[in-house]
Amino acid sequence: MSIVTRGFRGRRDDSAKDLPPGQYLTHDFPVLSAGPTPRIPLDRWTFTITTETGVEHEWRWDDLLALPSDSPTVDIHCVTRWSKLQTGWKGVSLDTLLEDVETAADYALVRSYGGYTTNLPLEDLLDGKAWLAYEYEGDPLEPAHGGPARLLVPHLYFWKSAKWARGIQLLIEDEPGFWENLGYHDYGDPWREQRYQGD
Amino acid sequence: MVVRLAGATRWYAARVVDRVAETPTATSLCFEVPGWPGHLAGQHADVRLTAEDGYQAERSYSIASAPEDPAIALTVERIDDGEVSPYLAGEVRDGDQFELRGPIGGHFTWRAQQGGPLLLVGGGSGLVPLMAMLRHRAAAGSDARTVLLVSSRTEEDILYRAELERLASDGDGLAVHHTLTRGTPQGWQGFDRRVDAEMLAQVGPPVADAPRIFVCGPTPFVEAVADVLVGMGHPPASIHAERFGPTGG
Repeated sequence: MSIVTRGFRGRRDDSAKDLPPGQYLTHDFPVLSAGPTPRIPLDRWTFTITTETGVEHEWRWDDLLALPSDSPTVDIHCVTRWSKLQTGWKGVSLDTLLEDVETAADYALVRSYGGYTTNLPLEDLLDGKAWLAYEYEGDPLEPAHGGPARLLVPHLYFWKSAKWARGIQLLIEDEPGFWENLGYHDYGDPWREQRYQGD
Repeated sequence: MVVRLAGATRWYAARVVDRVAETPTATSLCFEVPGWPGHLAGQHADVRLTAEDGYQAERSYSIASAPEDPAIALTVERIDDGEVSPYLAGEVRDGDQFELRGPIGGHFTWRAQQGGPLLLVGGGSGLVPLMAMLRHRAAAGSDARTVLLVSSRTEEDILYRAELERLASDGDGLAVHHTLTRGTPQGWQGFDRRVDAEMLAQVGPPVADAPRIFVCGPTPFVEAVADVLVGMGHPPASIHAERFGPTGG
């Protein structure tokens, strides 16, 4: 039973009605990062998937743009409680990037330029649930929002959608990433409100 | 170094024991939180308000108090069209109760034994978690060389001004600098512009001293300051950033 706070009524507009528990609606696009925004020149950008046996699959920027792209429109939910609906992206499905990758791994550790990492089960990257996104609302993805390319895994809290993605390491055993090491949830399903360890 | 935090966080009952009007728009609330597990300077907490019919709203706020302080303090900046902050910064009375969860966040933290030098740069209410670090520094008797640069809109928007002056006059290695971005009063001794490379070079510590850096404030402020610091040659890994979204409340 929660404690009732004297005199608090809340705004009770309908905007939070269809959102995951504890979220509120924003029309802005807030930025959350733990350090400075890295700037990565496109001619030096690479994205590498490394299997559990050490086999590397690498794409350069032109390689990425040459792959078939999707334009998903998705809702995104940040663990700091804002949600943003119907956001438009363009990018390459992880199904495409993982198509020729042979692996027995169950987990993925995503690595970013700047040193950020985040972990998630490999199956959450498959079956049309995740993209390597490079456009937002028709424009190249800005550095502050993760450009040149960020992971987009909208069914999990947005810290799993690593900005400035540089690669994915496939792992037999789960390995916690940056925020996961600092008390945040290993899976992070917003509809089950898995914000912190133990939720 | 990254340490996996032990245990899960849970909700605690919090009772308001004191309120301090800091500026025309910001109020500090001090809570008694039985069972609170303690926190590190720089961490934040989630606040949950529940209306009589069960309606709930949750928000995150930085903790302003030192780990050593007897009460947990949050400083809330009122956002006029916000749902939670006008209540917290205006209507709350001593004895009111709500729930607090935390502590949360283990990256934007400093412990006295980590030492200095430190460079703390705060924009507006971004000063709050930096204040927790300065209060912790004082409570722990640390003389780590520390530079605080505070950017506020006007003089009356400066948070904790008297306490900062007191801390800076202790002669234990803390220097406090202010800049105002929307006009300065007559006789103003501080800076009068947005934080830039020249200002950061003037207040120090220099890159060669490898300070541990904490920058907190609204997103555009943090983006700009962090970019300038990187441009000056500070290693990106030394710059800890905490950004407040443009919305909230």
